[in-house]
Amino acid sequence: MKRLLVILMLLGGIGLSPAFAQGLGPDIPKATGQPHPEGNLFWRMNHMRLLQHDRDLTMHNGDRHIQASLKTCVTCHAVKGADGKPVGVDNPKHFCRVCHDYAAVKIDCFMCHNSKPEEKTQAYLKPKIPDSKELAAYLKETGQ
Amino acid sequence: MERTIYREIKVTPQVIQIAVLLGAFILAAAVAVLYIEAHGHIVTGMTNQIVWGLPHVFAVFLIVAASGALNVASIASVFGKTPYKPLSRLSGLLAMSLLAGGLAVLVLDLGRPDRLIVQMTHYNFSSIFTWNILLYSGFFAVVSAYLFVQMARGISARTVKVVGFAAFVWRLALTTGTGSIFGWIMARAAYESAIMAPLFIVMSFSFGLAFFILVLTLSCRLTGRVLGVKLLNRLGRLLGIFAALVLYFTAVQHLTSHYWARDGGIEQFLLFDGGIYTQLFWIGQVLIGGIIPMALVFHPTGGIKPASSIVASVLVILGGFAQVYVIIIGGQAFPLDIFPGYTVSSSFFDGQINTYTPSLPELALGLGGVALAVALTGFGMKILRILPTNLSDVNVGQS
Amino acid sequence: MKLPAVKFDERPAEMHRRDFMKAGAALATVTLAPGVTLMAFGGDASAEASASKRWGLLVDVNKCAKDCDACVTACSKENGWRLPENPETDAQWIRKVNLTDKDTGREASLPVMCQHCEEPPCVDVCPTGASFKRVDGIVLVDKHICIGCRYCMMACPYKARSFVHEDLTDQKPWAPRGKGTVESCTMCVHRVDAGQKPACVEACAATGNGAIIFGDLRDPESEISKALANYPSTALRADMGLNPGVRYQNL
Ligand code: HEC
Ligand code: HEC
Ligand code: HEC
Repeated sequence: MKRLLVILMLLGGIGLSPAFAQGLGPDIPKATGQPHPEGNLFWRMNHMRLLQHDRDLTMHNGDRHIQASLKTCVTCHAVKGADGKPVGVDNPKHFCRVCHDYAAVKIDCFMCHNSKPEEKTQAYLKPKIPDSKELAAYLKETGQ
Repeated sequence: MERTIYREIKVTPQVIQIAVLLGAFILAAAVAVLYIEAHGHIVTGMTNQIVWGLPHVFAVFLIVAASGALNVASIASVFGKTPYKPLSRLSGLLAMSLLAGGLAVLVLDLGRPDRLIVQMTHYNFSSIFTWNILLYSGFFAVVSAYLFVQMARGISARTVKVVGFAAFVWRLALTTGTGSIFGWIMARAAYESAIMAPLFIVMSFSFGLAFFILVLTLSCRLTGRVLGVKLLNRLGRLLGIFAALVLYFTAVQHLTSHYWARDGGIEQFLLFDGGIYTQLFWIGQVLIGGIIPMALVFHPTGGIKPASSIVASVLVILGGFAQVYVIIIGGQAFPLDIFPGYTVSSSFFDGQINTYTPSLPELALGLGGVALAVALTGFGMKILRILPTNLSDVNVGQS
Repeated sequence: MKLPAVKFDERPAEMHRRDFMKAGAALATVTLAPGVTLMAFGGDASAEASASKRWGLLVDVNKCAKDCDACVTACSKENGWRLPENPETDAQWIRKVNLTDKDTGREASLPVMCQHCEEPPCVDVCPTGASFKRVDGIVLVDKHICIGCRYCMMACPYKARSFVHEDLTDQKPWAPRGKGTVESCTMCVHRVDAGQKPACVEACAATGNGAIIFGDLRDPESEISKALANYPSTALRADMGLNPGVRYQNL
C-alpha cells in the first residue's frame, strides 16, 4: 500500500505534469544515451525488480549482457558536480538519490557498488543496446 | 501437603532495582550493537583469523543452557519425578528466555544484521545452521505449547506428558544441532568430532540446571516465597552429577581427538602449551567448573547447606563459560594445517597461533544477552502464573 | 585423481526468472517483457557460465619465486583490496605462503587462494545459500544475500575467505565489496566471463615465471588438462576429498 502511494505521489509529482515538477516531485536529472525502450514510467516503477532479477543473472549465470546493470545505470545517469566530474552517491544530486531521498527509500547497493561511472579504459564488456528492429525480432522470437 | 498454587510475582522495590540493573545492561548492549554496526567489526577484537569471538561464546553458552534449563520440566513430566513438578513452568519459561537471549546475541553480531529478513527467505538445507534456525523456532513453539498445557485448565495429565515428551525430544535435537555446528567442521582439528553433539548435550544439562538453580533461588528470595532446603539440595546434587558427566565427556573428547588428529598438535596446544586456553581449560573448566562444585554439593556435611548448591551453580556457569571459550576461541587460535610436514609463514598468519583480545563492545553485547534472558524470565513470571507460592519441602513432597 | 568428473547442482535461476515474470505481469501490463534481457544480443566475445566447463588453476611451485608477489599485487589492484596494512583484519584474497620442509629443509613458496572446490564446505555450511558454486566450478559469495555470519570462514580448510571489517569506498566497478560481508578470490569471474584470464595468471606470466596456468579442466585439449595428465600434481588438504579446482605441481 505504501509502495503504491509512493509511486502515485511520484507519478503525480513528476512525469504527468511538468508544471508541478518543481513543487511536488523531485527534480530528476537528465540522462545521456538512448532512453529506455520501455519508457520512463516503466523504469520508474520497475527498476528495483529489474535490478534484482538481472543481478542474479550476472551473479549466478555469468550473464553480463544484462539490461539492468548498476554499472551502466550510473554511467548514463551520471550527474556532474561543481568540479565537472560525476558525483558519487554521497552527493544528494546523484541520480539514484533524488527520488529515493524524496520517497524516503534507503538502498544499500552503493556500500559495495561504485556509484560513479567506470572509466572507459577499465570496462571489460560494453553492453550493446539493440535497435528497434533487433528488439522487435527478439520479442517476436520469445513470443511476447 | 497442600495443592501447588502458582502466582504472578509482585513488583517490590528490590525487583525494580534488579529490573533497572538488567535494563542498564541491555541498553549497553544496544549501544554496543549500534557502535559495531556503524564502524564495522573493526572495533571488535575479531579478525580474519578469529572470526567468531566473545559474542559467539555468550550466544552458544546461552543456547546450550537454554535447552538444559528445560530439563527440570522433563524430569518431572517425562520421568515422573513429582518433586520437580512445581518447577516445570519456570523451567520452560527460563528455557525460552535463555534461547531468546542467545539468539539475540548471535543475530546482532552478524555482519549484516539488517539482512535478517534474507535469512528468513533463503534457506540452504545442506547447512546445519539452517536446521538450527528451524530447531530454534520449533523450540519456542513446542515449549510454549508445553507451558500452555501445563497452565490451562482441564487438560489431562496424559496430554501434558505427551507434550512434555515432545519438548524433551526437541531439546535433545536442538543441542545436537548446536554441537554439530562445530562437530561438522572438518577443516579444524579442534572441532571435527562426533563427540561434539553428546558433549554439548551434557554441557546443556549442567549449564541449564545451574542457571535454573540461580534464577529459582533469586526469585524466591526476592518474592519472599519459601524454597525447601531439601529441594535445593536435590537440584544441587543433580548438578554435581551433570558436572561429572561433562568432565567425563571432555576427557573422552580430548582422548579421541588426541588419538585421531592428523597430528596431536591441537591437543598439545589446548592441554599444555596454549597459554590462556590451557589455563582456562584446567583452572576454569576442570577445577572451577567441575571439581570444586562437585566437592561442594557432594560434601557429606557442607553439601546440605543451601549455599553450596548456589555457589556450585555460579562456579558451573563460570567453568562452562571457560569451556565454551576454549572450544570456540581456542579452536580457532590453533593454526590450520594446510601443509603437513612444513613450517609455514605468510602475511595471513599461516602457521601461527592467532591472538584474540575481546573488546568492550563485544562484552557488552554478550552480557546484554544474559541480561535479556534474565529480564524475559522475570517479565514472564510477572505476567504469568509461573512461580509456586510455596516450595517448602513439606509441600513439594519426596519421591 | 578425479578432476573432471563433476556433477553440478542445479541452481534456481529459472525459478527466479519465473517468479519475476509473474510479479512483473501482475504489476503492469504496459511492459514489453520484463526480464527480457534486451542487451542479450550480440556483444563481444563472452559466454555465460557453462556446465560443460570447469575452470581451474595449476600452480607450478618450482617456477614460483620466493620473493615474488606479482600475483598478489595484481589481484589486489584488479579487485581493489588494499595490500595488507592491518593484516589481522584486512581482506586477503590471495597470499604467498613460504614453506620449509621440517625434515629436509627444502624451501618452497606458493600462492594460496580460494581453491574452488568441487565439494566446497563453505557452500554446505552457508545458511542463506550466499556461498555458491557456479556451474563452471567457480565458487563465489553472492554478497546480496550474505548476512555476514562467517560460518564459511570457520569451515574453509584453506583460510581463503576474508570478512570486510570496515566501510569501503571507491571499489572497482566490476568487483563490488562492502562492510559486513564475506569475500574471497572469484577467479576474476568478470574477466573469465569476458574471455580473459585471471589477473594473477597474467601477472605471473608477465614476470616470466609463468607459474600459474588457467584453463578448462574438462577440456582434455586445454593446456591445464594436459599438464595435469602428464605430470604429478596435488590438491591441498587432499585428505578432505574436496576435489579443488586449484592444483599444485612440484610441492
Ligand atoms: C544507455 C543509457 C542508459 C542506461 C544504461 C540506463 N538509463 Fe535510465 N534512462 C536513460 C535515459 C536517456 C532516460 C530518459 C531520461 C529523461 O527522460 O530525461 C532514462 C530514464 C530512466 C528513468 C526514469 C527517469 C524519469 O525521469 O522518470 C529511470 C528510473 C531510470 N532511467 C533508471 C535506470 C536504471 C535503474 C538503470 C540501470 C539499470 C538505467 N536507468 C540505465 C538512459 C539510460
Ligand atoms: C524516478 C525516481 C527514482 C529513481 C531515479 C531511482 N529510483 Fe529506485 N526507487 C524509486 C522508488 C519510488 C522506490 C520505492 C518503491 C517501493 O517502495 O516500492 C525505489 C526503490 C528502489 C529499490 C528497492 C529498495 C527496497 O528497499 O526495496 C532499489 C534497489 C532501487 N530503487 C535502486 C535504484 C537505483 C540503483 C537507482 C539509480 C540508478 C534508482 N533506484 C533510481 C524511485 C527511483
Ligand atoms: C555486499 C556487497 C554488495 C551489495 C550491498 C550489493 N551488491 Fe550487487 N553485486 C555485488 C557483487 C560482488 C557483484 C558481482 C560482480 C561481478 O561478478 O561482476 C554484484 C553484482 C550486481 C549486479 C550485476 C552486475 C552489474 O554490473 O550490475 C547487479 C545488477 C547488482 N549487483 C545489483 C545490486 C543492487 C540493486 C544492490 C542494492 C539493492 C546491490 N547490488 C547491492 C555486491 C554487492
